[in-house]
Amino acid sequence: METTREQTFAKPGYNIHTIETEKYKTNTVIVKMRAPLEKETVTMRALLPHVLQSGTENAPSAAAFRTRLDELYGALFFSDSTKKGNEHVLTFTMEAANEKYLHGEDSLFDQALTLLADVLFHPYVKEGVFSDKTVQQEKRNMEQRIRSIYDDKTRYASLKLVEEMYGDDPYALPAGGLLNEVPSIDAASLYAYYKKALAEDIIDIFVIGDVKSSEVVEKIQAHLPFENRTAVSVKTEPGAGPKEVREIREEQDINQGKLNIGCRTPITYSDPQFVAMQVANGVFGAFSHSKLFVNVREKESLAYYAASRLDSHKGFVTMLAGIDQKNYEKTVRIMKEQLDEMKNGRISDLEMTQTKALLKNQLQESADTARGMVEVLYHNIASGTNRPIHQWLEEIDAVTKEQAAAAAATITMDTVYFLAGKEEA
Amino acid sequence: MEKTVFDQMNETVYHEQLDNGLNVYILPKQGFNKTYVTFTTNYGSIDNDFVPNGETEFIHVPDGIAHFLEHKMFEKEDGDVFQKFGSQGASANAFTSFTRTAYLFSATSNIKENTETLIDFVQDPYFTEQTVEKEKGIIGQEIRMYDDNPDWRVYFGLIENLYKDHPVKIDIAGTVESIADITKDHLYTCYNTFYHPVNMTLFIVGPVDPDEMMSFVKDNQSKKSFPDPTPVERRFPEESEKAAVEHNEIRMSVNTPKCEVGFKMPASSRTGKEKLREELAAGLLLEMLFGKTAKFYEKAYNAGLIDDTFGFDYTGERGFSFALVGGDSNDPNELAGRIQTQLLEAKEGGHLTEEAFERARKKKIGSTLRAFNSPEFIANQFTRYQFNGLNLFDTVPVLEEMTLQDVSAFANEMIQAERFSSCFVLPKETA
Repeated sequence: METTREQTFAKPGYNIHTIETEKYKTNTVIVKMRAPLEKETVTMRALLPHVLQSGTENAPSAAAFRTRLDELYGALFFSDSTKKGNEHVLTFTMEAANEKYLHGEDSLFDQALTLLADVLFHPYVKEGVFSDKTVQQEKRNMEQRIRSIYDDKTRYASLKLVEEMYGDDPYALPAGGLLNEVPSIDAASLYAYYKKALAEDIIDIFVIGDVKSSEVVEKIQAHLPFENRTAVSVKTEPGAGPKEVREIREEQDINQGKLNIGCRTPITYSDPQFVAMQVANGVFGAFSHSKLFVNVREKESLAYYAASRLDSHKGFVTMLAGIDQKNYEKTVRIMKEQLDEMKNGRISDLEMTQTKALLKNQLQESADTARGMVEVLYHNIASGTNRPIHQWLEEIDAVTKEQAAAAAATITMDTVYFLAGKEEA
Repeated sequence: MEKTVFDQMNETVYHEQLDNGLNVYILPKQGFNKTYVTFTTNYGSIDNDFVPNGETEFIHVPDGIAHFLEHKMFEKEDGDVFQKFGSQGASANAFTSFTRTAYLFSATSNIKENTETLIDFVQDPYFTEQTVEKEKGIIGQEIRMYDDNPDWRVYFGLIENLYKDHPVKIDIAGTVESIADITKDHLYTCYNTFYHPVNMTLFIVGPVDPDEMMSFVKDNQSKKSFPDPTPVERRFPEESEKAAVEHNEIRMSVNTPKCEVGFKMPASSRTGKEKLREELAAGLLLEMLFGKTAKFYEKAYNAGLIDDTFGFDYTGERGFSFALVGGDSNDPNELAGRIQTQLLEAKEGGHLTEEAFERARKKKIGSTLRAFNSPEFIANQFTRYQFNGLNLFDTVPVLEEMTLQDVSAFANEMIQAERFSSCFVLPKETA
């Protein structure tokens, strides 16, 4: 295996992480900006990337900007807005072909980096703020984007559960923004917020590809001149659940009911018990050999998907399945029984072996893509933890059944959300 | 074993057709942790009318059977194959398309064991009435899940409009009613007809030693015996060049209307590089007309007719091809009208400038290079190309040779108003 060299350079106000590797045919730069999740800012933050890529000083319209990307052999630029616990992360990704695979091209990397810098530092500005026309247009698109979540019932159900379960906890806020906050944003307020985010967010920059770290660090500093800052990460608390499990039922004119059960655990990514929790979630519902898949789908034919998910930065576990309405009680009962099996340590050697093998496989596979490597690094960065891949792999191997059961025992059911379908004929 | 080096892409492919007819391809990718292996049969949802192996008369099988068969392959007398893959650290999956059924795994260890498991489970069918019945509930839920998905509904709604009789119009999973008729005997008939090694391709991509892997696969195959291969006889209905239905609307529980416009094309008679050129011309044409840098996009976006969901897609497979354009829109009628106008103008050479062509070509070259980072893309697309008589590695060289003339000629030949259709998903009327 060829060497992959990973280094971190701490600069005043931000960190640059470089990964030198020749295994890709493209080079990638990723900028992550992190700030506390807040009702007042979540919508502006979600809107910001859309406005930034609608025009720069040098390419004053979205079409002009996209034309520049196409000319760089279809350089890929995209942004997204996600949550890491109670923090809101904006990610800007630029990926350009390595010119060595093309006939007679100059450095596409430098040009792509210039374009990325233009988006972040030199947006199109009119009378000292963003263009009003662009902001209005992107607000309208954002409203449509938020409204259309309703159309994707699986996604709608998982967002609804989070909203219901977390109430006033900032984690309840959707990373894509709040519909009723959109109208109050204007070009001036968004521009002011942009300046603030640029100055105060916690910044991490990742460069992955066939590059020299020392050269790249200089280039990044020249192109992305983030100012000094003393930003501090907010600590995410899993939060306390209700005394009794809450049941919420919503009806829509749909064919399949979506059952999403939300649970809490105090074990988060930075916890020494985290890897045991990860194994517990694997045995419980992450794979095709897991208890939920086997018992809900294979044994009872109740569902096509039946799984559990773990958001390790919050300590949030979801059990989910798509079922006929008439099977609601039966499915909830089986899911509860399976959770009890976990808590009581009824876990076979085979389940442990399979789960560990697949978790290790997942982790190693993620290192095969530039974005996968960045996500693994960022888990550590965002939670102030140091669990490099090789150590993580060893920790997975070391988890015992008792430890997995002990981790599972911390899971408490909080809210059962059911998006009900039509009555069966 | 033949070795082909693709200099420009810095990739090497090893190939051998084994004595039983199986095509095996190996693409070593050093530096990667993961090995990805697909085992694919040239058989999909459209192959529902054929002469079973060893018989002489055509039969017609229930809709959704290729997909049903895919599900049922995973269950064996001694349990579920997922369990075995899991123990060996492999993540396994499968999918069924219009023309292919693929079984696959990805793993970072036990590559030989996992490859053996993959080949052996696909070559050892085990169906009982009881397990077939049990699967109907699971697939029924899969069908219902898609029934609630407006993007899927508008996509298939449009294909249903385009085709009058061709089985491409049948949903890949079938319907709850059609799968009710499936029996274990149907499954064996389809299996015996379409899963002969001569109809299949094994593709291995990852940090492997090609000689070692090839002899491993050969050993495995030489221990098994298969009946002599007979060419599969399939039958498809004659299909008019015109769209069967001009327009259709589906009411669902949604907030935002979805609009798709498409046109069908006559089944291509071209082969090899010529066919690849045609497929690439289709992609470039759509990019030039509807891509994010096209005037069309800018105008429609500024007018609030489209959002980020707007996109386009070309499908060219064994016996059919069609193109689709659309996305979410608050005014689907206006959007559909504009898309059709844009296409008809392109037929006469409108919007097809050298500048737009160059940009689209560069973009396509870059996205092809990027796709070569992905073992999944390489294995799945290589196999698709191979079944269609094309070579995936010709993509960049052919793109470099192409001219605007290829795209204009394609537009002129393929775009015809009578081949157009549109489909909308609209919010349900509220009382």
